[in-house]
Amino acid sequence: MAEQQAPLIECIGIGKTFGGVVALQGVDFTLMPGEVHGLVGENGAGKSTLMKIIAGVHHEFDGTMKVLGKEVRFRSARDALDAGIGMVHQELSIVPALSVAENVFLGSQPTSKLGTVAWREMARQAEEHLQRLGIHVDPRAEAGDLPLGLQQLVELGRVLFSGARMIILDEPTSALSPPEVQMLFRVLRTLKAEGTSFIFISHFLEDVLEISDRVTVFRNSRRIATANAAEIDKEWLIEQMIGRGHEGLGEAYTGEIPLKSEPGAKTVMVATGLTQRGAFRDVSFHVNEGEVLGIYGFMGSGQLELAKALNGKTRLDRGTVTVDSKRLRLKNTASAWKDGVALVPESRRSMLFGMEPVYKNISISILDRIDRVLLRPSKERQIARALVETLRVRPRSTEAELRTLSGGNQQKVALARWLTHLPRVLILSEPTRGMDVGAKDDVVHIVKGLKEKGIAVIVVSTEPETVLSLADRIIVMRKGVVTHEFANVTVSKDRLLAAA
Amino acid sequence: MAEDTAPTSEQGRRSLGDWLARQMTNIAPFITLLFLIVVFGLMAPDSFLTFSNLQNVLRQISVTAIIATGLTFVILTAEIDLSIAAVANATGIVLAFFTAQEAYVAIANVPLPGYAAIIIALCACFALGCVNAFGLTVIGIPSFIMTLAMMQIGAGISAMLVRGQIAYAVPSLIKELGSGNIGGVPWVVIVAALFLLGGHLVLTYTRFGRYVYMVGGNREAAEYSGVNVKFILAAVMVIGAVCSGVGGMIGVAYFGSAQQNQFDTYLLDAIAAVVVGGTSLFGGRGGIPNTIVGLFVLGVLSNGLDHIQIDSFLKVLIRGLILLMALVINVYAQKLRNQRA
Repeated sequence: MAEQQAPLIECIGIGKTFGGVVALQGVDFTLMPGEVHGLVGENGAGKSTLMKIIAGVHHEFDGTMKVLGKEVRFRSARDALDAGIGMVHQELSIVPALSVAENVFLGSQPTSKLGTVAWREMARQAEEHLQRLGIHVDPRAEAGDLPLGLQQLVELGRVLFSGARMIILDEPTSALSPPEVQMLFRVLRTLKAEGTSFIFISHFLEDVLEISDRVTVFRNSRRIATANAAEIDKEWLIEQMIGRGHEGLGEAYTGEIPLKSEPGAKTVMVATGLTQRGAFRDVSFHVNEGEVLGIYGFMGSGQLELAKALNGKTRLDRGTVTVDSKRLRLKNTASAWKDGVALVPESRRSMLFGMEPVYKNISISILDRIDRVLLRPSKERQIARALVETLRVRPRSTEAELRTLSGGNQQKVALARWLTHLPRVLILSEPTRGMDVGAKDDVVHIVKGLKEKGIAVIVVSTEPETVLSLADRIIVMRKGVVTHEFANVTVSKDRLLAAA
Repeated sequence: MAEDTAPTSEQGRRSLGDWLARQMTNIAPFITLLFLIVVFGLMAPDSFLTFSNLQNVLRQISVTAIIATGLTFVILTAEIDLSIAAVANATGIVLAFFTAQEAYVAIANVPLPGYAAIIIALCACFALGCVNAFGLTVIGIPSFIMTLAMMQIGAGISAMLVRGQIAYAVPSLIKELGSGNIGGVPWVVIVAALFLLGGHLVLTYTRFGRYVYMVGGNREAAEYSGVNVKFILAAVMVIGAVCSGVGGMIGVAYFGSAQQNQFDTYLLDAIAAVVVGGTSLFGGRGGIPNTIVGLFVLGVLSNGLDHIQIDSFLKVLIRGLILLMALVINVYAQKLRNQRA
């Protein structure tokens, strides 16, 4: 390895706060020439903040950053790119309607003397360039028609072509099938041999261990460890990521959590062979009365898409879902709700009416149950007032415009909607995302209440704590398929992470 | 929305200034209207500010009002219907086509009893609305494009039926509603008032009306709330077409003739009335009271310009400029509201 060489990027004592909240604290980090440097840590551990500083997105920070030995402070992503640092985001920025060649040359198409785009020249250069990387693709093909793995490589090609020699890859393998991952790794190894360096951020620890030379672990805004990939294994990484439980309230789930299913409980929902192209395939599960089923997986594992399909928001390609032995039509969200399935989606904004008062936000789903044709606003307000009281929504008003409420209170309103006329199955997608501890406790409390009323609850999340704090049984999804089920066992965060 | 305009006890604690800011979108069109009345009143006090001229204004805006009632539903869901004038025209001509005409009218028409002609005409506009609804919700054509096509189809039906001729006779019921009076009040004004009232009651006091607002306010949220969004969108397209059709039938009686292109100006008039009144083109805000104010702004503007000494070729330009001004005020009122709330 290149220990004697000067590092390409050297960060010393980097710190960053967002409005008083510490996001990074005294982080040292180096990237050597020709190195793949893996970066792991839980959501919010500080990896992406550091990457955004390196890529020039954040420019206010403490500490010093050197690129090629010179101290720098980028003003923009453009600055970083000029210094040779590029980034491939998890959400690809490829333009699907343009050809591969146009994507590779996006913003810098070669032109003829007349100022028109030199199409043939562009296609030739793009093909040559991609082939050198071992990417075999027709430069005239529409980028959106390519499989995701190839799209990613095309984007990587573009970043390289724009002159980057230090490339940050954010979750590059999360949507890729195993052969596609191997194809990506082959390209990375080729580039590495030529002296290009990579920072490889991923939740998929096997992938990190396979491709990285060194791995750095983040936890609680700090760099916890950096080690040679050859000398460590997955268990060691998980241990470093989640700590030993001595780090305060935020890490309360490192202990053993017993999962228990009520024997003989009545089965409410049965899903068989659910498949949606590009999202998930052959997913089967059941949920019982008064049970909380947790579905856990990393971002892009298909569980959030599964939640939408169960609610009729998107269509299934294959598979059947029954509730109380009755097959769901899943034509649209209205038919799902009639059949007793309700969803609280991961984004509050997409289920609430910001300009409308609280009571209308609560009553919208139950209007057909409390009214015939004419509205009864007094009844709506009465129901809303009771819910505002029991859920402790602040301000204690049924008339406040929803957008004036804080995030946690908005989430309570979103839940409140389903509490007076109960569904048979309630699906909660990321129910505690972005909430403070108090609001999270409230959600746990509400879900407990629902269980006691005999509702089947499905909690879908990318955060292990959310699933561990709510679920009675957990299934784990990885890249669109169910890989593991935890039932009637004790589970801990490290085992959950190891299964994902 | 009427039920929101009164500050409730909880909002009462806020300052009056806040409340005014929140109501700016409703107040601004009203100020425009008062401004116009004062200006025309000062410039032509003898002819403009008279009772008989008020009757004129009411009569002049009635057909637009019937059409604009349906359009208010459509715009509240953040969709648009560009076929309203063409559907009105086609429906009016269908009505005349199935009515016995005088011998000198050279149209190969099919005389039927009056009630049958009315039913066929109603079915025609309902069917055209269903086609709009089908295109928008089932096929997924944006309403702007779908109704642009329907505009042509409506014009085509009109052209096919009258072939450049003019028909005059309509069933006696429609003739009375379009051009008759009762106790000195023109029937057409009463019909328009009933349509506006009905539209307001549906939008404010029924479940369907609430869904219309919610679909316009946040379509995705309505969907996640279990509202059948496609059904609501289909329904407002049909309502838009049926209101246009009735407006077309009454309009034919009001004009005293049925011919091609006679409703062309009503497309922009109806859209302008709804939007100038303060109903948001982005959906979810506004309602029939806004549309009524918008109708009066437009009616007073057109009527008032006839009462002052002005180059008649300049009138169109002035009309355009004043409408632009009203829209600018609306947008600023909306911004003010968003800042204060």
